[in-house]
Amino acid sequence: MAGAIIENQTGKIATRQAYGEALVELADQFPELVVLDADLSGSTYTGKFAKLYPERFFNMGIAEQNMISTAAGLAASGKIPFASSFAMFATGRAWEQVRNSVAHNDFNVKIAATHAGITLGEDGASHQIIEDIAIMSVIPKMTVLVPADAVETKAIIKKALLHKGPVYIRLGRPAVPVIFNPDNFEFEIGKSHIIREGKDVTIAALGIMVSIALEAAVKLQEKGIEAEVINLSSVKPLDKATILKSVGKTNALVVAEEHNQVCGVNQMVSACISQNHIGYCPMGVVAVDDRFGQSGTIDALLLEYGLTADHIAAEAEKVLNLKKKAS
Amino acid sequence: MNYMKDLPAEKLHQLAQEIRKNALKAINNANSGHPGGSLSLADILSVLYFDLLKHDPQSPFSKERDRVVISKGHASPAIYATLGLAGYFDTEEFISTFRKINSKFQGHIDRLKVPGVEVSTGSLGHGLSVANGIALGLRLDNSDSHVYALMSDGELQEGQCWEAAMTAAHYKIGNLTAIVDRNRIQLDGWTEQTMALEPLADKFIAFGWTVEIIDGHNISEIKKAIQKSWQREKLDKPFVIIANTIKGKGVSFMEDQVKWHGVSPKADELEKALIELS
Repeated sequence: MAGAIIENQTGKIATRQAYGEALVELADQFPELVVLDADLSGSTYTGKFAKLYPERFFNMGIAEQNMISTAAGLAASGKIPFASSFAMFATGRAWEQVRNSVAHNDFNVKIAATHAGITLGEDGASHQIIEDIAIMSVIPKMTVLVPADAVETKAIIKKALLHKGPVYIRLGRPAVPVIFNPDNFEFEIGKSHIIREGKDVTIAALGIMVSIALEAAVKLQEKGIEAEVINLSSVKPLDKATILKSVGKTNALVVAEEHNQVCGVNQMVSACISQNHIGYCPMGVVAVDDRFGQSGTIDALLLEYGLTADHIAAEAEKVLNLKKKAS
Repeated sequence: MNYMKDLPAEKLHQLAQEIRKNALKAINNANSGHPGGSLSLADILSVLYFDLLKHDPQSPFSKERDRVVISKGHASPAIYATLGLAGYFDTEEFISTFRKINSKFQGHIDRLKVPGVEVSTGSLGHGLSVANGIALGLRLDNSDSHVYALMSDGELQEGQCWEAAMTAAHYKIGNLTAIVDRNRIQLDGWTEQTMALEPLADKFIAFGWTVEIIDGHNISEIKKAIQKSWQREKLDKPFVIIANTIKGKGVSFMEDQVKWHGVSPKADELEKALIELS
């Protein structure tokens, strides 16, 4: 089964680390692959590529706007540039360059940005972007992908490289559980996989929230509730068919994302359901409730911002109660 | 590949006047557009596209071509007029559909719609960065193609231009020539009153560039400066030509007039302008 999960999880790897490894693994096969960074190559893991392929690596200094437009130029000359920085700066600081230099030109630039979301941790609110999926998705021609673990990250980096056109890839700082089996994992842009089947409630999750959603599904199972979990790694284009098929069965939904609830993926899913789903489908959201992040450990932050398995399970029970009342 | 046609200066001047006339006709027909910065750029465009540039209108994506990034995308009337005269497309289509719905000829240049446009621009401050990227990419391929970045002076108020200026020096980008259309006027007024750029040459020198200051309406000065910029490739230093120009050049009532930055000439004004340019 595509997207099959590993039953006994072992080890944790950060998606940013898998990204850095993917670049090195793909470098020889794709000589047109070049990498840009903005003085964060030690943190984004592009540093290894820089060491091995110095002529194909461009450190642009602390100047993200210039980095993105330079990447556009490299694409114009036939290269496939991956531009990396923290997501705050690659998408926020350089939004207008992403929009006009890259997307409006339809240049083949990949923006692989790390340290997205509140789980950037102790550096705090100035660096914790919870708006990136919204501001990247709203740009025409932009593809938006959010891997859930290291295995999916590598698959996504390769697909992004092969895809012609601008792509935003959201990566994280913390080590996260490896949930997919590399031997039979497949990723396709525009396709989502049901990674756990269930008939009572659908949990659609992305990024770090996927492994947390699987934890929540186990907790719900202990209460006799069978949750179905969808990995929404392809945010744009969104796999509406898979979402609709699942909620057609469960008629209850929770969306879990490490992003602002406002203009988050939950609203894209909500629009998809309200425009296509026949019947009542109560919906819950586990996301950042329209407030800035703060310093703290990753676990403390997930707890403070309501992004734990317990929060997802509680939200699932809430929508199930609504479903019961309606029937 | 058109390359070094060695046209006489008088012929290039005439072609520049044709660029100006067609640009103004299109702006008048659209009833909107940017005449001032189109007229100031015309002589530079003429020398580039009709004399020095390696390009082939029959094969706009040929690998061997030189790349021109026109960062001042609002000078679209002059750029389309130039590309039309060079044979990339039918000039009449440009003049009759410029800025109209579903036209290829957008208000600001669009590479996906018009052959000969390398990069879609319009938002100021992007072009030099993109040109750097193209130059770096061509260098990785050991290409002989040269990259030109045509910039406005007002856009140098964008901080990104100076990030790009730093980059060109840091990466010793020698296969690039930047040309600043120094017409001294931006939308709100004189650059020096809006946000002073001077001492502009000193700024570029401090950023590690070689600077050449010329009269941007003198055909032989433009040609000499560009040829000089090629020789500098060996020195691994970026080269900028600050071309002193007159906004609205060639039309007496438009010259040095702030109001002609982005206003369309009416029928009688167009008629007068076309007579002056003939």
